[in-house]
Amino acid sequence: MMRFDRLSSPGRARRISFLFEGQPVTAQEGDTVATALLAAGAGATRSTPASGSARGAYCLMGVCFECLVEIDGVPNRQGCMVPVAEGMSVRRQRGAAGVAEDVR
Amino acid sequence: MTTVRDLVIVGAGAAGLSAAAEARELGLDALVLDEQPEPGGQVYRSVARVAERRPADLAFLGADYARGAELVAASTGGERRQGATVWQIGPAGRDGSREVIWSEAGAARRVLARTVLVASGAMERPVPVPGWTLPGVTTVGALQVALKQSAIYPAGRVVIAGSGPLPLLLAEQLRAARVPVAAILDTTPSGRTAKALPLLPAAALGAPDTLRKGLALLKARDRSGVPVWRHVREVRAEAGSDGALATVRFRTASGDEETVEADLLALHEGVVPNPQLTRLVAAEHRWHAAQRCFHPVTDPWGETTAAGVYVAGDGGGTLGARAAEASGRLAVLAAASRLERLTEAARDFRADPWQSRLRGERALRRLLDVMYPAPDWIAAPADEAVVCRCEEVTAGELRAVAGHAAGPNQAKAYLRCGMGPCQGRLCGLTVTEMIARARGTTPAETGYYRIRAPIKPVTLDEIASLDSEDAA
Ligand SMILES: Cc1cc2nc3c(=O)[nH]c(=O)nc-3n(C[C@H](O)[C@H](O)[C@H](O)COP(=O)(O)OP(=O)(O)OC[C@H]3O[C@@H](n4cnc5c(N)ncnc54)[C@H](O)[C@@H]3O)c2cc1C
Ligand code: FES
Repeated sequence: MMRFDRLSSPGRARRISFLFEGQPVTAQEGDTVATALLAAGAGATRSTPASGSARGAYCLMGVCFECLVEIDGVPNRQGCMVPVAEGMSVRRQRGAAGVAEDVR
Repeated sequence: MTTVRDLVIVGAGAAGLSAAAEARELGLDALVLDEQPEPGGQVYRSVARVAERRPADLAFLGADYARGAELVAASTGGERRQGATVWQIGPAGRDGSREVIWSEAGAARRVLARTVLVASGAMERPVPVPGWTLPGVTTVGALQVALKQSAIYPAGRVVIAGSGPLPLLLAEQLRAARVPVAAILDTTPSGRTAKALPLLPAAALGAPDTLRKGLALLKARDRSGVPVWRHVREVRAEAGSDGALATVRFRTASGDEETVEADLLALHEGVVPNPQLTRLVAAEHRWHAAQRCFHPVTDPWGETTAAGVYVAGDGGGTLGARAAEASGRLAVLAAASRLERLTEAARDFRADPWQSRLRGERALRRLLDVMYPAPDWIAAPADEAVVCRCEEVTAGELRAVAGHAAGPNQAKAYLRCGMGPCQGRLCGLTVTEMIARARGTTPAETGYYRIRAPIKPVTLDEIASLDSEDAA
């Protein structure tokens, strides 16, 4: 299973803690939700509406929408476009969460 | 009252940032809208923060990357909004201005723009190999983003599969960062160097620096000690018992089947324009046979067939970061002249060095197009390969209807391909090519999905916020 490690270069990045599936996770200032989840070894972060197959971030640049997660109760957020913030609550997106009502 | 700006620039990558610098120098009232949290686009992702907070990382990200910090610095002064996703550019009104609508921090906002510069960049070509949807399969660019934005790298067995300059650059960045790579599968077909040789003198003359760096990357890869398989075909990703990537299977140059175990597979088959915004304004597009993608049709300054809408950078056709800087400048010079803020003589004078840079980078691109041809298997992916990742439509399903579909929009109606949240970005080119192949026509005749606003999913709340802004 894919795992991302942090380079140990001496930087001055601030630590940020947020919740993933209710569990506390540490990230770094500058991370997006998607890169923070890669660093946390979160694995697949959504399942597809059609077959329920597992997906993870693919492009990290906003075009593929494979990184969709639920952030602070709002579904369909692109994890790779949202900077991670202190106290944020992130959940995996299962199937077509909220697609019909909330997003067109 | 909605404000009217001289110029709205969409994108703060190499093209958008240099366009912003030119606009400021010319005294235009310009607004830059970019959806990333930080300026820099793809090449210069996060560069200002990295230079300030993690300067040591510049050593492996390279001097070309570091130069992006100058670009960010030179562009400051005007208004630039990060985290601003543009989802509508309206038709030209009676005075020629267009409405530009974006979402920012959960609310939608709009301005009127006398001219618009689309500098929204490129994306990596969708490569529908079997298993490319598995967790653990990413693009090559995604690993660069991870390194730049967050200083994270894939631990475990990393396999890079693909063709072109970008996999070479990633291999070098990982080597310099001491991140091990298990194998490189180079999918470039054999015999390309000989074919490209006649184009070498023009490229060497036109873009000597870029060419020299490219050759150095090639040499560095071959000396790095990482196993390199050449002329690889039929790459496929296979899952382990946990449902994630476990094995990469491929055919070697001699035709044998081989496998390598992998925790991460990074794919790359070149870069194509991100078509959403130029399609949205209904600009004319032309099929580029060598690059196997559509380019917006423009005049020499970058103006599209939608009046007052310009395109600069790799959204107009892949030419790389140095060229993007030049085309960004040129588009603003043309816009300023259109707005009667600059005489044609002054425009031409300022344009000269940028035009010559652009000519040079174009000469190099002609060489790269021959060296690293766009893969022809995209028109005929394996039956089981998923083509539309969002709606999970396979190549086999598409092939079954492709002969009867008048075009991509009809295939969409039959199969829902292109109807998911990515709005066809990751299947559009494949669908065009497969239909063209099935009907015995050309991709140019087949056309592309019709793109409508909003080009990114928007919530009803965001749309409502637009109405309440009007009421206020
Ligand atoms: C992943 C990737 C890695 C690359 N790496 C290199 C490299 O190392 N060296 C090199 O020479 N070339 C590289 N390229 C090629 C690259 O396209 C160009 O060199 C360069 O980035 C082009 O600059 P640009 O300004 O045209 O686009 P970009 O740098 O891509 O900038 C476009 C910007 O527009 C934003 N944007 C897009 N759509 C919207 C919207 N609707 N609303 C608001 N903002 C939007 C994007 O988020 C982005 O910030 C890479 C390309 C990709 C796709
Ligand atoms: S990973 Fe592709 S859009 Fe976020």
